[in-house]
Amino acid sequence: MKNTNQLWTFFASVRLAIFTLCALSLTSIIGTIIPQGESFSRRIDVYNPVFAKFLMVLDIPNMYSSWWFLGLLGILCANLIICSIDRFPISWRLITADQLALSPERIGRLDHQESWSLNASLSETAQSLRERLDKAGWQTSIRENTAGLLIFSQKGAWSRLGVYLVHLSILLIFVGAVIGNFLGFKGSVMIPETESTDKVFASGSAQPLDLGFEIRCDAFDIEFYPNGMPKEYRSRLTVREKGKDVRQEDIEVNKPLSYKGITFYQSSYEGYKDFLLKFTDPTDRTTKTFKALYQQESTWPEKSLRFGVINAETKGNQIFRTKIWLQDKTQQPSIFWLETGKETEIKIQGKTFLLSAKQMYATGLQVAKDPGVWLVYSGCVMMLVGLYVAFFLSHRRVWLILRQDADNATTVLLAASANKNKTGFTSIFAQLNELLRASKG
Amino acid sequence: MTSSQLLGITTFTYLLATLLYVFIIIFKAYRLYLLAVTTTVIAFLIQTGGIGLRWFESYGMGIGHAPLTNMYESVVFFAWTIALLYLVMEWKFKTRILGLFAVPFASLAMAYASFSSEISKEITPLVPALQSNWLIAHVITCFVGYAAFAVAAGMGIMYLLKASNSNPDAVDKSTVTGTLSVLPNIEDLIHKTMLFGFIWLTAGIITGAVWANSAWGTYWSWDPKETWSLITWFVYAITLHARYTRGWAGKRLAWLAILGLLSVIFTYYGVNFLLSGLHSYGSN
Ligand code: HEM
Repeated sequence: MKNTNQLWTFFASVRLAIFTLCALSLTSIIGTIIPQGESFSRRIDVYNPVFAKFLMVLDIPNMYSSWWFLGLLGILCANLIICSIDRFPISWRLITADQLALSPERIGRLDHQESWSLNASLSETAQSLRERLDKAGWQTSIRENTAGLLIFSQKGAWSRLGVYLVHLSILLIFVGAVIGNFLGFKGSVMIPETESTDKVFASGSAQPLDLGFEIRCDAFDIEFYPNGMPKEYRSRLTVREKGKDVRQEDIEVNKPLSYKGITFYQSSYEGYKDFLLKFTDPTDRTTKTFKALYQQESTWPEKSLRFGVINAETKGNQIFRTKIWLQDKTQQPSIFWLETGKETEIKIQGKTFLLSAKQMYATGLQVAKDPGVWLVYSGCVMMLVGLYVAFFLSHRRVWLILRQDADNATTVLLAASANKNKTGFTSIFAQLNELLRASKG
Repeated sequence: MTSSQLLGITTFTYLLATLLYVFIIIFKAYRLYLLAVTTTVIAFLIQTGGIGLRWFESYGMGIGHAPLTNMYESVVFFAWTIALLYLVMEWKFKTRILGLFAVPFASLAMAYASFSSEISKEITPLVPALQSNWLIAHVITCFVGYAAFAVAAGMGIMYLLKASNSNPDAVDKSTVTGTLSVLPNIEDLIHKTMLFGFIWLTAGIITGAVWANSAWGTYWSWDPKETWSLITWFVYAITLHARYTRGWAGKRLAWLAILGLLSVIFTYYGVNFLLSGLHSYGSN
């Protein structure tokens, strides 16, 4: 029994909290100096064997998920939980206590005290003081006891819970992170324009993961600033489920697409040597897009059409025109330049088409499923609210003891305390004192 | 008038204010204090104009964005926030002499921004990852926190100087540190400033995490910058607990305020130049 008690006290102590936080800070520095991640664990044999073994046992290349680092976080959690359980009942009692039952001796020992006498009866004085307090926003309660009349008022009793909100929010964030780790995944995938996939590859292990639906990249586009810096990467994505298109959205960096808890982030791209040629029928705007391998022949069998890309010209980072050859059964091949982003009229078998060409890209997507993120975000909001309450609000209590000295003479004792910001409360107390003394009864 | 001219003038005005504070202390010319504060206010106003103009100029270039997106702009904003915080405290608490310990930080930051060859002053367009309102929220919250920590550390130095005086509680105008306000008041102010900074740093880490999550799908990836901001956060959390529950007040608190600022400076500066990571945008 004694041992469990000691263990409990140990885990409830702020001493342990300070130790754990120091240990976390100091060890965290290691991982900012020694590179983290897989590639480093493969390179670890550049060190001398004993040191390399030491690094491996402590899992330094992945130290933030190593047994000992998670162990420290575990101790922090245990510390937070036990400390809160240990202290909460005391705070709760202070919030809900019957403050009118406090003995006059205890009231007489509070930090702030003022006393004065009035030529008025007890009940008149009580009424006038209560009115003044009420007007200043201090709601009062009153009780008669052996010492006389006791008036009490308080503000911000609930602010004592602020600290618990902060500590609980840390646990909430941890729970969210653990849920994300076990029930979610992080992956990535490259999808060439016009193609689709139902699998992505887990970060770290490159193991394929099933999405449960298909995602198609309809188009990828980069915009540049005049100085050549990239301005925006944009992918038009379509979600397909059971053979049907269910959602189409343009994504950009900072503007992802979410579907069924899985989120797709624009993260990179890859340019191909190949091109996309798009034929548009101007009468009904129907289109047909072909992938044209660079300097190779493509065909449109229904129209017995053959075509290909001969050459392309670039300016800066972008292709600005493309040289095309095009031939149908009846005609000589025609060769012409297409400007990027422009549709050009061509005649095929007596019919006019609009033709455009663009370089083909693959869009690089970061894919994440994190069912814990909402807990993490709730924890963050809770932490900010809790910090505000813990730092800027305080539990302020005011007592008035009224004693009848003679028929028409009353002595008033004003006593008050605040649990935080004591310097600030001194001026509040001075104001209260002034306000109440002015009362004539 | 261009924004870089205005910000150049700002640098010199802050330096002038710093010199005034030093002069006041050395020559006991306490009547000049109002002049020093006024100089600081003027520097602050010119700087506000400079930052506003830079913002306006970026729109003129067709790449409009708030001037908070590279190392230069963030250092300028850091100096601006320190000056603002100092002036508010001067006005609210009548601390006197605090200027000597706060304004030099603003001058140093501006001098570094203006004269260092490591950072470019050009207004550059934003790469896609930086085009996010979360970035603006992230920079503002972090730097308000950092500025508060700088002011707290300034007061920490002030406290230690005063406490090392033979008769610390005497209000004696004949010695340098004698004019400082009484020790318990400084101590209380250091603590309050740290609490204020802690909330903003917390908000800064959170907004950074939200931004990372909206750009890359990971709210925390233990890159050196994130890890160092967490270490800084721990340092202040330790300080709060040590003071609140173990009575680490006075000199120890003053030292912790200085240690905290060192951690802030490493997070902000050291990581960019000594370590590598996601936040490489800061290194241009
Ligand atoms: C990173 C983790 C932590 C953070 C951010 C944190 C935050 C805070 C804050 C903001 C306060 C209020 C301080 C004040 O009002 O000046 C506080 C108080 C306190 N903390 Fe923590 N805390 C953490 C971990 C812990 C742990 C692990 C313990 C375990 C013992 C603990 C025990 C306490 C206690 C006993 C108080 C005083 C509560 C009171 O009576 O008002 N804290 N904490």
